[in-house]
Amino acid sequence: MSELLAPVVIPLLYLLSAVLFILGIKGLTGVRTARRGNMLAAIAMLIAVVTTLLELGVVDYRWILAGLVIGSAIGAIAAVRVEMTGMPQLVALFNGFGGGASALVAGSIVWGTIVEPSATGTAAVLLDGAHAAITAALSMFIGAITLTGSLIAFLKLQGTIGGKPTILPARHAINALFFLGCVGAGFYLCFVAVEPGQIALATSALAMLSLLVGVLFVIPIGGADMPVIISFLNSLSGLAASMTGFVLGNNLLIISGALVGASGLILTQIMCVAMNRPFTNVLFSGFGGDSGDSEPSEYTNVRSCSPEEGAMILESAQSVVIVPGYGLAVAQAQHVARELGDLLEKRGARVSYAIHPVAGRMPGHMNVLLAEADVDYEKLVEMDRINPEFKTTDAVLVVGANDVVNPAAETDPKSAIAGMPILQVYNAGTVMVIKRSLSPGFAGIKNELFERDNTTMIFGDAKEALQELVNELKSISAAA
Amino acid sequence: MMGPLLIGLYVFVLAVFVGVEIITKIPPTLHTPLMSGANAISGITLVGSLTTATSGDTKISSILGLIAIIFATINVVGGFLVTNRMLGMFGSRSKR
Repeated sequence: MSELLAPVVIPLLYLLSAVLFILGIKGLTGVRTARRGNMLAAIAMLIAVVTTLLELGVVDYRWILAGLVIGSAIGAIAAVRVEMTGMPQLVALFNGFGGGASALVAGSIVWGTIVEPSATGTAAVLLDGAHAAITAALSMFIGAITLTGSLIAFLKLQGTIGGKPTILPARHAINALFFLGCVGAGFYLCFVAVEPGQIALATSALAMLSLLVGVLFVIPIGGADMPVIISFLNSLSGLAASMTGFVLGNNLLIISGALVGASGLILTQIMCVAMNRPFTNVLFSGFGGDSGDSEPSEYTNVRSCSPEEGAMILESAQSVVIVPGYGLAVAQAQHVARELGDLLEKRGARVSYAIHPVAGRMPGHMNVLLAEADVDYEKLVEMDRINPEFKTTDAVLVVGANDVVNPAAETDPKSAIAGMPILQVYNAGTVMVIKRSLSPGFAGIKNELFERDNTTMIFGDAKEALQELVNELKSISAAA
Repeated sequence: MMGPLLIGLYVFVLAVFVGVEIITKIPPTLHTPLMSGANAISGITLVGSLTTATSGDTKISSILGLIAIIFATINVVGGFLVTNRMLGMFGSRSKR
């Protein structure tokens, strides 16, 4: 048995784990099978860890146990405590840890195989071939970028540092310089350095420069572009794991990392298409701060109404579409939005929720918030499916969304958001927009929707305004 | 010399195709759980980190390995738990 363990059983167990990962992700293609899919992936991970411990045989388990216990405790506490509105931050943070782990593994391998035994020779020779050395350097580079990039994204989402893009002077030149520094350090590490001291120095330099590149690369990106950047960092964390797989010659790491890399890339692409902006533009233009801080634009012909009048409009509507945006998440208004929806349904109206792909701060953010508030997921309608229906919709209630309903995207070719697919709420009978003020959204432009004849504003905090609408509707029901 | 690299590349490229095929079929409703689930899977680097902290001493390589284990485990345990929590909410329709 034991002579079969290393060459046959262990690789087969890794294969089983890889298959279960794929089946697990496949489970996520349907809401009903998703939970089981996640379980399968977790089981796959357990198998992978047990197999690795089996492969290691008898070693000193102190660090391993300590690491597993500490990591599990922190991860579990974070997962249980997080609010659904804070999901983008948490995902960003976890992502950073994943990337950081890959970078640390590569660093540890370099130290353990070259620096500590004081081996002399290039990394390309000492690390089992040039490809192992190159992928170790790449793993450090990508992993370190993922770590600091995700931390900056976390701080931006958390509001610790402003969502506005931080633009350094000559930042493209600085970024290019640091990037070239990474390439140089990586090359020196793999092929030039022969003394352990030189290799240690090159590794440290590569790590430091990569950490800096991660900071510089996310810091100019605005809060509203976070869905793109989180998706991209997600992809990078997978790629870093794949690179570690190349270093260790472990196919399971290569496969799992590739799956995550593919997932992140697809989401990145979906987000970019939904904003009609090429990915390079998101990365390099420094576009898109948070709304609220900018000066209100000039508006004429804006009508506003009280919650009481708003409730009367909703009361007589046969079909109502609620359009949630990031403002709903900020105000934690998802529960009261659902209460309003339920109330209208009880009165016989057809209620659905229109979800723009980039609503919120990560892909699918609104869906999770509304699911938390017990909204049936079948009532959440994607943009392409709901747009033809607005013509026959009596009333639309826009809550905390702005640019995604701005008709300028379709009418004004010079607009900053020209060509971005929008929710065509302007086709509906009446459009009510709950908003604090007329300040522009992240694109920093005026929203022509607010001036349309069928639009009326309800000024106020999303949660309070919705609550007032609910109260008014209830008193109408009671009076009837 | 090039053997393991080539095999690794084959595996990598094929896995990317498998990933793309499956993931494009995932509905937007589940994109956040997909992300946090994928995130947890990227914690597979835990397997790598386990092999680097096997001595229990205070050499730099072991300490780096220990931190790597902690990071990766946070990612794995937190990622799967939070995904499970979210997906539980999507099933809440039958609960009510």
